[in-house]
Amino acid sequence: MKRIGVFVCHCGTNIAETIDVKKVVNELSNYPWVVYSDDYVYMCSDPGQKLIIESIKKHKLESIVVACCSPTLHETTFRQTVKIAGLNPYQCEIANIREQCSWVHTEKNEATLKAIKIVKSIVEKVLRNESLQPIKVPITKRALVIGGGISGIQAALDIANGGYEVILVEKSPSIGGHMIQLSETFPTLDCSQCILTPKMVEVSKHPNVKLMTYCEIQEVTGYVGNFKVKILKKPRYVDPDKCTLCDECTKVCPIVVPNEFDLGLTGRRAIYIPFPQAIPPSYLIDPEACPGFLPIACGKCADVCEANAIDFDMKPEIIEKEVGAIVIATGFDLYEKKNLTEYSAEKHPDILNSLQFERLLSASGPTLGKILRPSDHKEPKEIVFIQCAGSRDPELHNAYCSKICCMYTAKHAMLYKHHVPDGKAYIFYIDVRSAGKGYEEFVQRAVEEDGVVYLRGKVSKVFQENGKLKVWGVDTLTGKNVEIDADMVVLAMAIRPSKGAEELAKKLKITTDRDGFFSEIHPKLRPVETVTSGIFIAGVAQAPKDIPESVSQAGGAASKVLALFSSKELYHHPIIAEVNDELCSGCKLCISLCPYEARKFDEKKRIVRVEEILCEGCGACIAACPSGVTQQRNFTDQQIYSMIKTLLEENDKNQVSS
Amino acid sequence: MEKFEPKIICFACNWCTSAGADLAGTSRMKYKPNVTIIRIMCSSRVDPQHILWAFIQGADGVIVGGCHPGDCHYINGNYKTARRIPLLRRILENFGIESERLQLEWISASEGVKFVKVINEFTEKIRSLGPLKLPVAETKMKVMNSYGG
Repeated sequence: MKRIGVFVCHCGTNIAETIDVKKVVNELSNYPWVVYSDDYVYMCSDPGQKLIIESIKKHKLESIVVACCSPTLHETTFRQTVKIAGLNPYQCEIANIREQCSWVHTEKNEATLKAIKIVKSIVEKVLRNESLQPIKVPITKRALVIGGGISGIQAALDIANGGYEVILVEKSPSIGGHMIQLSETFPTLDCSQCILTPKMVEVSKHPNVKLMTYCEIQEVTGYVGNFKVKILKKPRYVDPDKCTLCDECTKVCPIVVPNEFDLGLTGRRAIYIPFPQAIPPSYLIDPEACPGFLPIACGKCADVCEANAIDFDMKPEIIEKEVGAIVIATGFDLYEKKNLTEYSAEKHPDILNSLQFERLLSASGPTLGKILRPSDHKEPKEIVFIQCAGSRDPELHNAYCSKICCMYTAKHAMLYKHHVPDGKAYIFYIDVRSAGKGYEEFVQRAVEEDGVVYLRGKVSKVFQENGKLKVWGVDTLTGKNVEIDADMVVLAMAIRPSKGAEELAKKLKITTDRDGFFSEIHPKLRPVETVTSGIFIAGVAQAPKDIPESVSQAGGAASKVLALFSSKELYHHPIIAEVNDELCSGCKLCISLCPYEARKFDEKKRIVRVEEILCEGCGACIAACPSGVTQQRNFTDQQIYSMIKTLLEENDKNQVSS
Repeated sequence: MEKFEPKIICFACNWCTSAGADLAGTSRMKYKPNVTIIRIMCSSRVDPQHILWAFIQGADGVIVGGCHPGDCHYINGNYKTARRIPLLRRILENFGIESERLQLEWISASEGVKFVKVINEFTEKIRSLGPLKLPVAETKMKVMNSYGG
């Protein structure tokens, strides 16, 4: 049998105050298999670790138990220590007698008895521990970035500049995301297009970046370092390499549909370019709108295209790629107007959502930067901005704060006043949240310099009356009802996860939070990592955030990818499931339980096998095996049974001899 | 008569409940020492047989602690636990074990307070139920021992 050593730490007085350390050491020295036990004031310190190393050598220990703090703190430390002494790291186990014993109990005898039980149970475990080797995993040093908005572009550029290949997949026909729709950005009032288009060009021309626009992720299999991705390339029906952007096609196209880029404020043809600065710079045909797929019906665009770029026979393609890491930067969609019936948001053309108002403000927008009512093209003289439209409303809409609306509404009102100095701008708000560098000053500027009127309260109803939009609200600071006859109403719409995020989460086997945003592992310390190693998140896909935060998170995600790629090979922890080939009956019960598809049926041998690198080691399959022939390494049934037995041994057996 | 001190085993998943128990310690909260924790990687590793074995070995109560639904570190392990434990509770009565002696709780890494509350309340509940008296415990133990437990 194994020769086991037990090392009990005082942790200063943290443990020794409530637990009689010497008694634990004495008691354990009489336990079977324990050939050596000792204590030290700080086991994790250099002398403490030296004591362990020397004792292992001197007493020819084969396994050790360190009774100290939680394994989350020093398991790695002590496994490294035993490795130095020549043992396999998995021959070291931690007995948690601080967080789960000395700190939560007061009575010394009770705590000491419990500590003895805990340590004994861990001796029972380590006695049956196997020596394990981390599983080596090869690594494909190519990244996939999903989403071509500012976050995706930034992440792609950072990874590409680090020297690795990046595939940037965007579902719409051009990269740029929502940022390219914006007019000017708070708090500096930089023109959004001016700061984003150079980045769009840079990413499209970068030798390490392969841009795949109008593409969607269809399937993701594999694991960190070795993902296999199937990408659906939707047909554009226009060859971007041939298209010369002459614009002859749109002149002859007879179909007009709402323009998505301007959120329906303008129309576009069935053959179109999403916006003039689109990347890739190419037209495409909207197959839902175009009648040209019946050549008898139309085909005018193909007739006038001198470059012969139009091909109605293009088919969707599935492209397979191998990547080592994935960054999700799928951004957001605005909460839909139809949800806000109290503001009759969908009924009136002069009730705009915030992105529509951005388009009105934009110099390249439908009105070339003039603020005009969509209904009659007149300049609105009174304008009401309603914040928290769909946010912070757990009863009817979304419970969370969309975070950026306070700032962009201040910007909207300010820019409106710059365009229409004699106009009146009112903002209904719950609170003004302006935490950020230069943000509070920006809001103050809107109030003091531009005379924007802030009214603290909710708007209960918006309806049409005498050609005006009647806004019923309340000013909770004066306690009075407010009625405004507005020419235009702008709703600071809640931010929702982009459409398809939930589906993508399922394909990637990662989780979303209750609102549908992608979940990070740890909200503070691991904000860009997901539950699946090798998959990272950036930007609004994780939670509402503004451009600077999105850019920093994208940089964070990129640095995680670069760190992953800078290692020669990956190691996977070996605490995973294994199957006894001789005894497995091939009932396949375990296969359906594995969330990682790590269990495969071997048709030849009629048994189930575990694919080691896919197994994460949860043990769900082990508990289900009817014949007990599959076990989790170092968490076997034998180990668990013996731990239970030891912990429940009668007190008299555990009685401390004083 | 000596006060009855129940013996309770808590299976705690590594990522949530065990971390919650650690937090209770870091926050220096106090609870009775009746409960001892067995840390496993995921609550779905807990085989109903482990629980039965604990009862046979003399446990008066068993708690299984996992991550909240939707928060499982292993995607959906806790959903498997959420099915297994209630099922086992239903058949426990057939063995002469009150179903209240087995409890499933979702305790996250941030819920040190909840961990302490659950432990204290469960301890008191088991105390009021009294010691688990399995008439056939001796025999069963012999059978189980013959399997090399």
